[in-house]
Amino acid sequence: MRIKKKNLEKVPVDMTPMIDIVFQLQAFFVMTFSFVTPEGDFNIKMPLAAPSEGTPDEELLPPIKIQLKSAGGALSSIMMGDRSVQDFGVLRGEVMSMVGNTGPSSEGGGYEVEFACDYDLHYEHVIAAITAVTGYKSRDGQTVKLIEKIKFAPPQKQ
Amino acid sequence: MPKLKSGSNEPAEIDLTPMIDMTFQLIAFFMVLLNFTKAEVDDRVKLPTSELAKPPEQPPEHPLTLQVIADGRVLFLGDPVQIENIGGYLDREKARLAAEGANPSDTLVIIRAHAKCPTGRVQDLIKACQQARFEKFALRASEKK
Repeated sequence: MRIKKKNLEKVPVDMTPMIDIVFQLQAFFVMTFSFVTPEGDFNIKMPLAAPSEGTPDEELLPPIKIQLKSAGGALSSIMMGDRSVQDFGVLRGEVMSMVGNTGPSSEGGGYEVEFACDYDLHYEHVIAAITAVTGYKSRDGQTVKLIEKIKFAPPQKQ
Repeated sequence: MPKLKSGSNEPAEIDLTPMIDMTFQLIAFFMVLLNFTKAEVDDRVKLPTSELAKPPEQPPEHPLTLQVIADGRVLFLGDPVQIENIGGYLDREKARLAAEGANPSDTLVIIRAHAKCPTGRVQDLIKACQQARFEKFALRASEKK
């Protein structure tokens, strides 16, 4: 019994619908794509108990008090204790001379910073102040830590 | 003069395979980069920048993200709410965290505040969270480039 061999013809496959769906998917992902800037956190110490309650931590030195004054939201002056500081670069220098910058592992020992900010001071200045006292980037890109313990005094309303 | 043969009248076939390959490459690129976890990022909050802001090596186990817009109001489910009125919302978050097995004292409250937000409003928010028994706080900033 002979079995006829059918001519094997090439069957054309229309790719147009697949290309349409692929473009639909691409348009979806392009529309939903967004660049996300990396974000980091500064941990702050805000205990429930008032500082006067209980025995204070003996390892902690008295906090370094930094006052940030505002003029309509903008930063008008920086006070470190009783002294006026010109800018955050100078503030960092002052903190470095107090704490010492022994390297990336330095964590400021028992030093603690307390920020007293005017109520209407823009938040970006507080972050800049925290950045100045928390550490800095060395020339080779390493982060050198200064003081890690940060807390806030009650806000001062003008 | 020899007769010029007219060219073939058959339509030219364009091979679309390379174009489909490139389109698949683009789809794969955007699929890999697409981040569905945008619930914690709102365009109304422009974070201040800091050269020391780096993503934590280990993400917190039970974070609670609070977003503060420029006028000092807090965003809950996309709606701005005055800080004085967030007690109920914080109780809801505490219930949600309790369902996940977390205590308020173990929860890290991440505050994403607008750069121009008054600092006093951020401190009021921290105080409101403390009244709801939250103890750990972190101020978020975006990386300065």
